[in-house]
Amino acid sequence: MQSIRRITSKTVVIDSSDIDTDQIIPARFLTTTTKEGLGQQLFADWRYRPDGSANEQFVLNHPQSRGAEILVAGRNFGCGSSREHAPWALLDYGFRAVISTEIADIFRGNSLINGLLPVVVDEPTSQWLLTHPGAKVDIDLESLRLTLPTGASVAFPIEPFARHCLLNGVDELGYLLSKLSDIERFEAARA
Amino acid sequence: MPARTLFDKVWSAHEVVAETRDTPAVLYVDLHLAHEVTTPQAFSMLRARGLKVRRPDRTLATMDHSTPTQTEQVFGRVPIKIDAAARQVRQLEKNAAEFGIELFGMQDERRGIVHIIGPELGCTQPGMTIVCGDSHTSTHGAFGALAFGIGTSEVGYVLATQALLQRKPKTFAINIEGRLHPGVSAKDLILSIIGKIGVSGGTGYVLEYRGPAVQAMSMQERMTVCNMSIEAGARAGIIGPDEVTFDYLAGRPRAPKGVDWEAAVSRWRTFATDPGAQFDAFVDIDAAAIDPMITYGTNPGMVVPIGARIPDRQGDAVFDKAMRYMGFRGGEGMLGKPVNVVFIGSCTNGRLDDLQAAAQILKGRKVAPGVQLLIVPGSQQIKKQAEAAGLAEIFKAAGADWRESGCSMCLGMNGDTVAAGQYSVSTSNRNFEGRQGKGARTLLASPLTAAACAVKGRITDPRDLL
Ligand code: SF4
Repeated sequence: MQSIRRITSKTVVIDSSDIDTDQIIPARFLTTTTKEGLGQQLFADWRYRPDGSANEQFVLNHPQSRGAEILVAGRNFGCGSSREHAPWALLDYGFRAVISTEIADIFRGNSLINGLLPVVVDEPTSQWLLTHPGAKVDIDLESLRLTLPTGASVAFPIEPFARHCLLNGVDELGYLLSKLSDIERFEAARA
Repeated sequence: MPARTLFDKVWSAHEVVAETRDTPAVLYVDLHLAHEVTTPQAFSMLRARGLKVRRPDRTLATMDHSTPTQTEQVFGRVPIKIDAAARQVRQLEKNAAEFGIELFGMQDERRGIVHIIGPELGCTQPGMTIVCGDSHTSTHGAFGALAFGIGTSEVGYVLATQALLQRKPKTFAINIEGRLHPGVSAKDLILSIIGKIGVSGGTGYVLEYRGPAVQAMSMQERMTVCNMSIEAGARAGIIGPDEVTFDYLAGRPRAPKGVDWEAAVSRWRTFATDPGAQFDAFVDIDAAAIDPMITYGTNPGMVVPIGARIPDRQGDAVFDKAMRYMGFRGGEGMLGKPVNVVFIGSCTNGRLDDLQAAAQILKGRKVAPGVQLLIVPGSQQIKKQAEAAGLAEIFKAAGADWRESGCSMCLGMNGDTVAAGQYSVSTSNRNFEGRQGKGARTLLASPLTAAACAVKGRITDPRDLL
């Protein structure tokens, strides 16, 4: 995995709360056996019309959204299923961070594992971001601070071990594998 | 030792390495359940890294999500219609064979929805840690297990190490007093709890359902309740094991036998919340105050008693968007609204007692003209039991479509879908936009309510037909 230190990008805003993983990637696209290419189907039912053409109303189809790496959304983003296809689709599309006041548990864990930053901010910061689509935002994983173009800066939490893994480009599996002798001892003690 | 919660006991019994400020706990996994949709990339990862499945004896695989429910497709007389689904099924067969994992394949009589067969076979037991690449793994918490959904990468971690990295969640006591009235079911109870605490009210918590109403419930009802914990944002729900739990497990194929059984039961009894144990949050619920519930919006928290009106929150963007999607208006009553499709099944309500409840309403009645009623048993065993008990005959006589087991219309990735714009009263757990098919409008309800809606072709209070 590539290490992540800092993400600086304009934002795309989807001002809706409780965006569930079925919206991020509808179930009918889960029949894939790989991780690649899911960006095509990201937010498929909002992004495309029934005939498959682009729905110009939807923000990802606006020309000014092109190239944005940060998604700003309402409260409780990523609720619903455990499908890791949700962060895979967001990453494949080109997003590297999601900002909300609340991010659902499983989605948050899946995102961290894949290098998509789940950034939880307070209500005023969220309100500012939701009402300033396209704002250029700086997310610094080292200092755990998010800086708005106004110069205002807020701290955000990331689980310390996940942060360590992201900063150093290592994955959790390597760490778990290093604990195999502990796992064996645990099994032996229970048997 | 201070008083501890049930969750706390299960957690600490599985801590291989305790958490610190810098590192999460290494948590041992007793049972890993697998299915065709969330595992292919995990096996690919093992292959890419040259890893084996460390404890194949602790993983059990089944086919449920993308598998068809049409008999001809399941039993191979015609190929699986959706190519990509067929590929996933073949892929799991191949992965299970290559990595030495037990698989209940397409034609195995033990096959079924992953959260139904675990308990049915007696694999799900009190005090265990159980994970699966599926958020409704919370179902198994009904047995006093710590059970939660994980992503595909974590599926790979469990396959490779039999452990996971986890931060300890907080605890939330849902105290349920009183008794449910006739015609009101466990599904109505959990929908009403989600309506009360909200779809993110449980985020970061393990919900322990407790109190006299819970003790009075059957295992099937407890599973329905725990199943939807995730719909309140909680990864897990848990219920203290008791005689009801032990009676359910006794004699199941994978439950301990003989002297092992006695030893197991005495160990299982220790998995109880001590008197005076502290929870991080709590709420009191009065079961007797609950009516049959139905959702009106696009998440399970948008729910009302069936005879009530949709709240009027015009101006609230989320509410307005949900109303546009559903074709409803704030302030409207739910009763009498037309229904196109009724789906009875899923890991929430696809067990035998759910089918019995539906049959109670459907017996001697007919599905309303123009309405499609799809009834899908949660497992092949339930299918057999329902046929032996004459339920399937009642369903067919009523005009229902009776299928092989699977997730079916719960998530519409197996060919069973609801058409755009249609109203579907469903006993499943998610009414998200497009969950049952692009543009489909889902109303979540109990099997009794769903059956009543099928008969009348309109939203109907099941108590009118009992
Ligand atoms: S029945 Fe529905 S909720 Fe349950 S496991 Fe299948 S898809 Fe998931």
